[in-house]
Amino acid sequence: MRPRTPARLVRARPEPSFTVTFDGREITVLPGRTIAAALWSAGVVSWRTTRDRGEPRGVFCGIGVCFDCLLTVNGRPNQRACLVRAEPGDVIRTQEGTGHDD
Amino acid sequence: MTERPGLVVIGAGPAGLAATLAAAARGVRVTLVDAAPEAGGQFHRQPGAGLGARRTRALHHGWRTWERLRDGLAAHIAAGRVTHLADHHVWCVEGARGAFTAHALLGPGQEESVAVRADAVLLATGGYEKVLPFPGWTLPGVVTAGGAQAMLKGGLVLPGRTAVVAGTGPLLLPVAVGLADAGAKVAALVESADPRAFVRHARVLAAHPDKLAEGARYAARLARHRVGVHVRHTVVAAHGTGRLDAVTVAALDADGRVRDGSERRIPCDSLAVGHGMLPHTDLAETLGCRLDGTGVAVDDEQRTDVPGVWAAGETTGIGGAALSLAEGRIAGLSVAARLDSRAPEPGSYAEAAGARAGLREFFAVVDRVCAPPARWTERVGDDTQVCRCEEVSAAAVREAVDGLGAGDVRTVKLLTRAGMGWCQGRMCGPAVAGLTGCPPTPARRPFARPVPLGVLAREPDASP
Repeated sequence: MRPRTPARLVRARPEPSFTVTFDGREITVLPGRTIAAALWSAGVVSWRTTRDRGEPRGVFCGIGVCFDCLLTVNGRPNQRACLVRAEPGDVIRTQEGTGHDD
Repeated sequence: MTERPGLVVIGAGPAGLAATLAAAARGVRVTLVDAAPEAGGQFHRQPGAGLGARRTRALHHGWRTWERLRDGLAAHIAAGRVTHLADHHVWCVEGARGAFTAHALLGPGQEESVAVRADAVLLATGGYEKVLPFPGWTLPGVVTAGGAQAMLKGGLVLPGRTAVVAGTGPLLLPVAVGLADAGAKVAALVESADPRAFVRHARVLAAHPDKLAEGARYAARLARHRVGVHVRHTVVAAHGTGRLDAVTVAALDADGRVRDGSERRIPCDSLAVGHGMLPHTDLAETLGCRLDGTGVAVDDEQRTDVPGVWAAGETTGIGGAALSLAEGRIAGLSVAARLDSRAPEPGSYAEAAGARAGLREFFAVVDRVCAPPARWTERVGDDTQVCRCEEVSAAAVREAVDGLGAGDVRTVKLLTRAGMGWCQGRMCGPAVAGLTGCPPTPARRPFARPVPLGVLAREPDASP
């Protein structure tokens, strides 16, 4: 028996995938996913380091309330990965500190 | 041309949808404003369309209710009675009786704001999860229980291969079952409450056989997935370097103390944790609505104490989707009557009012049984980060009270910056209150979400 996956559970037939880059690495993304979901499916769970202690962070609340999952998308820092849909060709970067050059 | 009276509904979850359908069916012109790309709220969150899910109901509860809401909304939109503004993030509602303006940022860029005008407002802004801190809770891989569910329902993704689900409250059951159904190994479900405490409320439980049956169904599904259920247990620490790799779980005694020698390490790469929910009340507070405890105070018709402003669903107090539906329906009927200068006929909402009374009673019991364990603050080590945004440790919060004499959470915030960051204290508020022994107080956030300065500069009528 094939292992259970979320996609098999809901009998998903996704539209063709596209690619984005995350810190320069190419990642394949299914359409309809947020950037957070795209990164999770690529095995990435952290994409920000905190301003003070430099600790890694990723998704926490998953619904746009906590702002822990901030990252830089196409040059714009402080985007909530759990809200922003991934688009073909997005250039996504880990956010260090405030996301602005200090 | 005389315009029919207009209602703006903020939030397209069960409460907002039920209100929209009830009001629109009685001739009210409704603008439904919601932050998500699709209606449904958190409870009925749908996968992105491009993912091509053909059996979404496998991840959902109350699917028939959702179909009714979804189809009803589509029919009203097609008939021109309802306008659905998706991807609109409301940051402020201002005005008074008969003339309100809701300001919303357009997502996902959120650089542009639009104004929606209406004669009446219904706040159906829902709630968010409360998570109390413990050592290691900021590690990647630790997510809120609701967050894990949202990512699964919306993105068809799992937080990892092996999950522990922990905390307290009824949300943990569907989250554990959902993760297991979708292929995660759920190593443990850790609930700090003692379900036997429900026995003390047998009369209320007996009135809700459906809820008991629902609990039994979840228990059976957890057993089928071979998920170990540990009641009166808690996660005392999360471990890992750069990412979660294990949690330590321990048994609690009747006083909330960890039983000596009961600690056990469970390897896992994800922890879905939650300690109940809190209402979103920012928009209500800016409008001047009175709160009752943590939720917006409403009367029998779901009216707030500000004329022209109604509230329904979790924003008035946590009670689940069925209660939200009942409250939303009552609110919608009330709005339709009141905008027509009538009182609603009590018979028109008697059934919903009966459901509301029963469900409020039931969730009051849940709230008592599933309270965070006594002495949880004792397990928050001094070096545990309490405020995730501003990186404020438990030691700093304690020092503000013990060393600097702070007597309320606002002073603690000013002294430590706890609650001053991006999330505006939504995540750390309950923890700061618990650690300091100060009563939680309304945060009084002028804006419900961060607003670019350029937007504020362009708003000609941003202040009332």
